[in-house]
Amino acid sequence: MDVLALSRIQFALTSAFHYLYPPLSIGLGVMLVIIEGLWLCTRDPRYHQMARFWTRLFALTFAMGVATGIVLEFEFGTNWAAYSRFVGDVFGSALAAEGIFAFFLESGFLAVLLFGWDKVSRRVHFFATCMVCLGAHFSAIWIVVANSWMQTPAGYHIVGEGLLARAEITDFWAMVFNPSSMDRLGHVLCAAWQAGAFLVVSVSAWYLLHDRHWDFARRSLKLGLAVGLVAALLQLVSGHRSAVGVARNQPAKLAAFEGLYDTAPRAGLTLFGWVDERAEAVKGGVAITGLLSWLVHGDADQPVTGLRAFKPEDRPPVNASFQAYHVMVAIGVAMIGVAVLGFLHFRRTSWFGRRWVLWLLVLSVLGPQLGNQLGWIAAEVGRQPWIVYRELRTFEGLSPVVTANTVLGSLVLFSAVYALLFVLFLYLLNDKIQHGPDVDDLTPSGKLALPAREPRS
Amino acid sequence: MNFGDLDLNAVWFVLVGVMFTGYAMLDGFDLGVGTLHLFTRSDEDRRLMLNAIGPVWDGNEVWLVTGGGALFAAFPAVYATVFSGFYVTFVLLLVALIFRAVAIEFRSKQPMRWWRQSWDVAFCGSSVASSLLIGVVMGNIAWGIPLDARGEFCGTLPGLLRPYALLLGVTTVGLFMMHGCIYALMKTEGPLHHQLRGWVNQCIILFIMCYAVTTMATLLYVPHMAARVRANPWLFSIVLLNMLAIANIPREIHHGRDGRAFLSSCVAMAALMGLFGLELFPNLVRSNPVPAHSLTVYNAASSRKTLGIMLTIALIGVPLVVAYTTSVYWIFRGKVRLNQTSY
Repeated sequence: MDVLALSRIQFALTSAFHYLYPPLSIGLGVMLVIIEGLWLCTRDPRYHQMARFWTRLFALTFAMGVATGIVLEFEFGTNWAAYSRFVGDVFGSALAAEGIFAFFLESGFLAVLLFGWDKVSRRVHFFATCMVCLGAHFSAIWIVVANSWMQTPAGYHIVGEGLLARAEITDFWAMVFNPSSMDRLGHVLCAAWQAGAFLVVSVSAWYLLHDRHWDFARRSLKLGLAVGLVAALLQLVSGHRSAVGVARNQPAKLAAFEGLYDTAPRAGLTLFGWVDERAEAVKGGVAITGLLSWLVHGDADQPVTGLRAFKPEDRPPVNASFQAYHVMVAIGVAMIGVAVLGFLHFRRTSWFGRRWVLWLLVLSVLGPQLGNQLGWIAAEVGRQPWIVYRELRTFEGLSPVVTANTVLGSLVLFSAVYALLFVLFLYLLNDKIQHGPDVDDLTPSGKLALPAREPRS
Repeated sequence: MNFGDLDLNAVWFVLVGVMFTGYAMLDGFDLGVGTLHLFTRSDEDRRLMLNAIGPVWDGNEVWLVTGGGALFAAFPAVYATVFSGFYVTFVLLLVALIFRAVAIEFRSKQPMRWWRQSWDVAFCGSSVASSLLIGVVMGNIAWGIPLDARGEFCGTLPGLLRPYALLLGVTTVGLFMMHGCIYALMKTEGPLHHQLRGWVNQCIILFIMCYAVTTMATLLYVPHMAARVRANPWLFSIVLLNMLAIANIPREIHHGRDGRAFLSSCVAMAALMGLFGLELFPNLVRSNPVPAHSLTVYNAASSRKTLGIMLTIALIGVPLVVAYTTSVYWIFRGKVRLNQTSY
C-alpha cells in the first residue's frame, strides 16, 4: 500500500479509537453534574453514592481519552505535514484555543473531582464537576470548529501559489462560525450526551437484570433514560439541520449519503439499499419519492443535486458514505424508541417478566458508540477526495518526507498498543461494574460530612 | 486586539518557549518521579510516589499539548518540518506518553502482584523513554538538522541519533530525575522521605556531571549555541544565574529546605531554556549544514493577523490557566496520604 492509504488508515484508526472515550466523558460529565446537583439540593446520601460510583467510571474513560488524544495532535505534523503548512494559520488557532481554554480547565478541575472528595466542601466539589463538564464541552466546541472549517472553509483567503499556497485567516469569527460548525457541534454534543446517558442506562439495567443494587440502579436508570431521551429527540433536530447544511454546502457529500446520481425534482429518499458505483445506481433499495427534496428544500418539487453533476475525480466513495450514513440514521431513530420503551416499562411491576427490555437497555450502550463512529466515517469519507473542501486534496496534504514503510511501522505499533489498551479498558470497566457502588459511600466523609437530611424513603 | 508595531513573531517565539519551559518544570518532575519509581521497593511506597503526582500530572501534560498547538498555529512550517522529520522519534514519544498515562491510571486498580509490577515497569520505562526522547529532540534542534530549500527535513533517522543528541537525552533524564526527586521529597514523609533524602544527593551529582559534560560538548562541538553570549558579555549573567541556581540546590537540600530547592531547580530550568532560546533566535530550526535554509520566526510564521488573534486568546486564557493551576496545587498542598480515591 502507498503512503496515502497507510496514513489515512492510521489516522482513521487512531481517531476512531480515541473517539470511543471523549463522548463518554462529555455525556458522563453531564450525568455527574445532574447527580451532584441533586445531591446538593436534596442532601440525600444516595446521590453521593451515585456520584462516587459514576465518577469511577468517568475517571477510567477520561484517562483513556487523554492517553489517546495527544496522538491525533501530533499526527497532523507527522503524517500530514503539507496539510499542516496549508491550514496552520487557520486550523492551528482553533487547536491552540482548545488547549488553553478546554484542556487546562478539564485537567485542572478533574483533580478536584477525582481526588478532592475529602479535601473541599460540597459546593466547591460541585463547582469542580461543572468545570470539568464545561471543559469537556469546550474541547468539543473547538475541535468541531476546526473540523467544520475543513468541511466548509470560511473567513480565509489563499496566499501564494502551487506548493507554497496556504490559507490565511481574514475573519476569526467567520472561521469559528463557518456555515457548518454550529449545526455539527449540536449534532456531536447530542450524540455525546447519549453515549454517556446510555452507559448509565446499560449498567443500571444490568444490575436490575441481576437483581443487584436495586435502589441505586432504579435511580440511575431513570436519570439516564431522561437525559438519553432528551438528547435523542434533540438529535432529530440537529441531524436534520446538519443534513440540510450538507445539501447546501457540500452537495456531492449529500448525494453520496443518499446514493443520488441524477439531479431531478421530486428526489426520493432511499431507506436502504446497496450502491453499485460502477452502474451508478442503488440496488435493492426502497425509496420514497419526493421525500428527499421535501426534507432538503421544504418543497418536494425542487431538485436535489446528484453525483453526475460532479466530475468522477471529485466524487467521494459512494457506497461507504451511503451505508455509514444510513446505519447512523437508523441507530439515531432506534435510540428514541429504546428510551421511550424504557420509560414505558419503568413503573410497571412486570419488570421481571420483561427481561428482554432490560437486555435491550443493557445493549443500548452500543447504539450511540456505533452511531458516533459511523457518523464520523460518513462525515470524513463524504468529504473525500478533499482534505480541505475544494481547497486541498487529501493526497496533497501528506508529509513529503515520510515513507510507506515508516507509516506501516507506526500503524502496526499503534494497532498493537490500542488492541492491548482496549482489552485492559474493558477488563477494568467490567471489574468496576461488577464491584458496584460502595456502601461506605452512603456516609460522606471529610469536609463533605455535613449534617445530611434523612433520606426520604 | 491591535498590537501596533509589536514584533509578534518574536513574542510568539517567547510564548512557545514559555509553554515548553512550563512543560519541563511541571511534567519534568512527573517524569522524574516515574524514573525513580522502580527504586522504591514496597507497594505502599510506590503508591505514595504515584499519588505524589496523582492529581497534577494530567494538567502538566497539557502544557505539551498546548505548546504543540501553539507551535502549530504560530509556526506551522516548523511544526510540519519537525514532526514529519522526527517521525519515528515522535511516534515513540507518543507511545511512551500513552503508557505513562495508562500505567498511572491502571496500576492500583487491581491487587495482583504481577499486574502492579508490570505497570510499575511500564510507568518507569515510559518516563525514562519520554525524558530521553525529549532530550534527543532538543539536542537535534541545538545541533541543527539538514533542511532542503523548501524547509523540508532531508536527513536520515540514524543521523538524528548523533552522540550530542543522545548526550542531551541523558542529561534531560538526569535533570528530570533530580527535579522529580526534590518534588517527591516535598510530598512525602516518614521512611520513604528519608530514603529519598539519601537519593537526592546522588541525583544532584549525576545531573551536575551530565550538565558539565553537555556544557563542554556544546562549547566544543556546537559553538553557534554559545555565539550570542560570547558576543554580548552581559548575557553571561544568565549563565551565572543558571550556575548559581544549580549550586543552590544541594545547599537548600542540606538545610532541609526542599521547597526552596525545588524553586532553584525551576529557576535552573528556566535559565537553561532561556539560554537555549536566546542562542536559537531568530531561528526555530537551524539548518545544518546549509544555514540559509533555516526556519526562522519570520519565514516560518503564520500571518500577523493570526499571531495577533492568538495573542489575544493567550492574554485571556493564560491568567485563567494560572488561576486554576495554582488553586489545584493549593488544594493538594502538603504531604500525600493514601485513601480510597488514591491511585
